[in-house]
Amino acid sequence: MKLEYTEQLLLKGLANNDSKAIETIYKDNFKMIQNFIINNNGDYDDARDVFQEAMIALYEKVQSESFVLTCKINTYVYSVCRRLWLKRLQSQGKFSNQMDYVEETVPIEDDLEIHEKRNAEFAIMERALSSLGEPCKSLIEGYYFKKMDMQAIAKEFGYTNADNAKNQKYKCFMRLKKLFFSQYNIGE
Amino acid sequence: MSIQREDIAMIQNVERYLEGKMLPNEIAYFEQLRKNIPEIDEMVVEHNMLMHQLNNYSNRIDFKNSLNDIHEKLASHGDISEGEDVTTKGRIIQLYNKYKRVTAIAASVGGFIALVISALVSSIAPSNNNDKLEQLGREVAQIQQKQQNQGNTINEVTRHFTENDIIVTSGGTGFLIDADGYLATNAHVLHGSSNAYVMSSTHHNYDASIVYRDEVRDIAILKIDDSDFAPAKKLPYSIKKSEVELGEELFTLGYPRNDITYNKGDLSALTGFNGDTLSCQIQMSANPGNSGGPVFNKNGDVIGILSTREKQSQGVSFAIKSKNIFRLVDELKKKDNTIEISLPTSTSSLKNKDRVNQIKQIENCVYLVKAFNKKLN
Repeated sequence: MKLEYTEQLLLKGLANNDSKAIETIYKDNFKMIQNFIINNNGDYDDARDVFQEAMIALYEKVQSESFVLTCKINTYVYSVCRRLWLKRLQSQGKFSNQMDYVEETVPIEDDLEIHEKRNAEFAIMERALSSLGEPCKSLIEGYYFKKMDMQAIAKEFGYTNADNAKNQKYKCFMRLKKLFFSQYNIGE
Repeated sequence: MSIQREDIAMIQNVERYLEGKMLPNEIAYFEQLRKNIPEIDEMVVEHNMLMHQLNNYSNRIDFKNSLNDIHEKLASHGDISEGEDVTTKGRIIQLYNKYKRVTAIAASVGGFIALVISALVSSIAPSNNNDKLEQLGREVAQIQQKQQNQGNTINEVTRHFTENDIIVTSGGTGFLIDADGYLATNAHVLHGSSNAYVMSSTHHNYDASIVYRDEVRDIAILKIDDSDFAPAKKLPYSIKKSEVELGEELFTLGYPRNDITYNKGDLSALTGFNGDTLSCQIQMSANPGNSGGPVFNKNGDVIGILSTREKQSQGVSFAIKSKNIFRLVDELKKKDNTIEISLPTSTSSLKNKDRVNQIKQIENCVYLVKAFNKKLN
């Protein structure tokens, strides 16, 4: 099935972090998911959580090079949310058989497997960064997240020159590497 | 752990190589090195992986933030609804009505005073009794001066209070709801006082101002106004909007004494005293001073504010459900759009950590709140 032109544009926007595109997808799909969650034992917070997780899954999917979406965006989002919510209900022991199919669904098991793996990686990175301590955490965030140059980092953190800041950053990077991979291997 | 100079030189080369900052002949030389020395090859692969992971991590955080922003935006424009519109609108109207009355009273009192003064002046002026008139003037001047003096001292107090000048009227616990220094506590903790200061778990005192108090919900918002206060980047916990579950394991931190104190219990009823739906019941032995403290679930999410206990029965306490904080902050923002409080809603970073580590991260966000009045000389 060929996607409509506008849908393709939206997905392209999503991949490029275009806020207008993200907002449009959000607006077009949120209500449907909210109704679905609320009609199936959930509350407003659950709806927001599940929907946003599905958005993250879609976002990370469109960014991969091998990305192909063979259905409409709303079908994909609904399928992911439905699966995520079912899983959450089961883990809370609240599973009900009468979960209604209001929309068609597509198989998303493989995508969710990738998504779960990414969730695990995210959690490991979160832990590694938080046990890194300061100033390392902020140095790493400054250089790799905010893409600050070493001159600016040296100034902000109070190093006398960019070289010293750089040295410190490498030390921090090595510590982070150790922390991350010690967890990552266990996780495999 | 000591890191050699050579290690740093090597890691620098790896990074330059991966970021494409090497010159062509450097690249050729470096690739030869990779081929010949497996350790270096391994280093490159690991470095690349970690950079990739850091990238994914930061992208996801940015994306999550933009999702939350979009959600708030759509909700405020009414494009999506979370079922709370009716109640908040009702409240606003109530507030408006309340204020309308207060304004009307203030206006009529003002009018009355004006009438009395003009009557006084007109009765005094034609009698040519200049002494009396002067006296009156001086008195007013004196009063004005006194008022100004008081104004000065109050300013001084809020800037740098000294323990001798104040009478602490009551105290309790408060916790950060925004890393910039906004705290939530119980309104009854303030006990009608107009000033407050807070003390951190490391016994540092900070000046605070009372931003808002809602006696009905029994929640007050304070703001730490102190140049010594260094705002945290992000709060370790989130505040739950959703309902709690019966039997959930809970804990609290508070100041029944001068040192921060831990206490735990279970959620024993979904409603509070006499079926009050704003609050819930907790099997926990709370003490005076615990009031205003945060109640956490086992993941470290704030689910309520500890507020009262039952006199007759041992170990029964009540907490105001945390979703009331959201409602209160929404109201506050609508009343005063200069206030920027963003409540932490993303998943708590305390999940899956043991209690000791959770507390370590939480404790510097929980403060002793002391309400005081200035001592009259």
